[in-house]
Amino acid sequence: MSQIVVESLWKRFQVAERKPGFVGALRGVFSRSYREINALRNVGFSVEPGELVGYIGPNGAGKSTTIKVLSGILAPSSGKCEINGLTPWLNRQQHVKNIGVVFGQRTQLWWDLPVVESFELLRDIYQVPTRDYKDRRDELVQTMQIEDLLDTPVRQLSLGQRMRCDLVAALLHRPSILFLDEPTIGLDAVSKLAIREFIRKLNRDHGVTVILTTHDMDEIEALCERIIVIDNGAIFNDGTLESLRSRVNPERRLKVEFSENIAFSHDDVRIVSREGNTLHLSFNPNRMTTTGLIQLLSESYPVKDLFVENPPIEEIIAQLYETNS
Amino acid sequence: MYWRLILVSILGQMQYKVSFILNVTGQFVSTIIEMAAIWALFTRFGSLEHWKFEEVCLFYGIVNISFAIADGLSSGFDRFGTEYIRTGNFDRILVRPRGIVLQLLGHELALRRLGRLTQGLIVLVWAIVMLDLVLDPITFIYLMITIASGTCLFMALFVLQATLSFWSVESLEVMNTLTYGGVQTTQYPISIYEEWFRKFFTFVVPVACVAYFPILVLLGKQDPLGSSIVFQVLSPIAGFLFLAFAIALFRFVGVKHYTSTGS
Repeated sequence: MSQIVVESLWKRFQVAERKPGFVGALRGVFSRSYREINALRNVGFSVEPGELVGYIGPNGAGKSTTIKVLSGILAPSSGKCEINGLTPWLNRQQHVKNIGVVFGQRTQLWWDLPVVESFELLRDIYQVPTRDYKDRRDELVQTMQIEDLLDTPVRQLSLGQRMRCDLVAALLHRPSILFLDEPTIGLDAVSKLAIREFIRKLNRDHGVTVILTTHDMDEIEALCERIIVIDNGAIFNDGTLESLRSRVNPERRLKVEFSENIAFSHDDVRIVSREGNTLHLSFNPNRMTTTGLIQLLSESYPVKDLFVENPPIEEIIAQLYETNS
Repeated sequence: MYWRLILVSILGQMQYKVSFILNVTGQFVSTIIEMAAIWALFTRFGSLEHWKFEEVCLFYGIVNISFAIADGLSSGFDRFGTEYIRTGNFDRILVRPRGIVLQLLGHELALRRLGRLTQGLIVLVWAIVMLDLVLDPITFIYLMITIASGTCLFMALFVLQATLSFWSVESLEVMNTLTYGGVQTTQYPISIYEEWFRKFFTFVVPVACVAYFPILVLLGKQDPLGSSIVFQVLSPIAGFLFLAFAIALFRFVGVKHYTSTGS
């Protein structure tokens, strides 16, 4: 059985509309007009134990709303959601024992306390047995390399340090599922890589199911086998990166360096850019195969070097967002 | 877990020693000035209807002790709107496997309320001595129950305030008139007030039930308003019921509203 089952989830919000200006604000006191917004429209998917799923979409698409429903913070307007056999918003306390949640924008730690004391508090809150807690904490602290930070008050940590501590905090009770809402937002490259590596390890070695929202496409590409794209409250695509790529933009790229300046044109091939003797070509693999194009080029022109590239995932996503909005 | 959270909050407050000491002494001094004002009134007018200065001091002591304890325990509810709703920190409470009310009670034990508490205790002891009240075990237990009931009632007002913040964070002022207004009102015997005012503070927000009526019992005094002794003895129950009602409202109406609308 799947670990997470979500079926036809709807979430409607009533948003109070305010007319602009002073008069509008005054009128709002007496009579408010409400606008209904569908934050989630018929969202459904299921996740197997041990999967690492990227959940992406533009701002306001419904990513956070989904995470909030799955973690028991929000109740949906209608629909079904079962995680480890429990309905999050009905069995909140039981459910949250099995999950870890990290919000990139907000810390779970106590602002004025040294990091290690926050951990101790969480041990109490989650009622982790002392021995088990010690082993677990030492292991996590070591892999995240936060030994030196343990006695520092949280308010003095840098964003990257704090996020590492937050991740450890979310895992002390050995959750089987981890929800990460933009865990690397605003982090420097080194911290990003460390966290990415940690998530991968956690998923691969410990079999923790991870659902990750992010705007960082490198992260998606590096971590996630499966990507769920949500837009305007509805699921747009659910599958591998490849399936998304071919659905949105099937085109491939070829970078060719010639030994001299040449004139090239072909009906099925588009020249994206030209830098000296180097051409960036773009073509649709359904009309022209990669091998076919390479053969054609090397037979007729002095080719010095070839490099096949896929359009970067950012472009795909940008295109996806554009076509939808 | 509760005690651990409380311990942490105390250690946290100790980090800011100067501010802590200033807070406690500030409160102590300001309540003394309050007391002085009451005393000044009595020296000018002699008595307040049928009430002596010492008797009013008994009211003052009991009400202030109750309020100080309630205020100290409930800062998680008192600052719920600004620290949990507006910042979205309430989500953090919801993703933890413990009761919401317990977690909020563990927010902080506000030790700065010690100022008001100490002063209330001093006034209470002084009044008991001056009035020659005999504290046999039953009277003593009844006094404790009265204070506990008052604590519950004032806590309930903080919980109601927190419930309102699910809809509007700006609703604080309305509730302040009830909490601080309630304290000011019940520092005096309610028989001196207009009838509608008395009814409001007996039946709607029952602060009179945790001060006026049980204190009549303690003093062994006839109610100038003519309430029965049974009603007086039982009236502290209202404080406990009111807290149960407020918590139910918070959980089943407030939290439900939050989880169904989002932040």
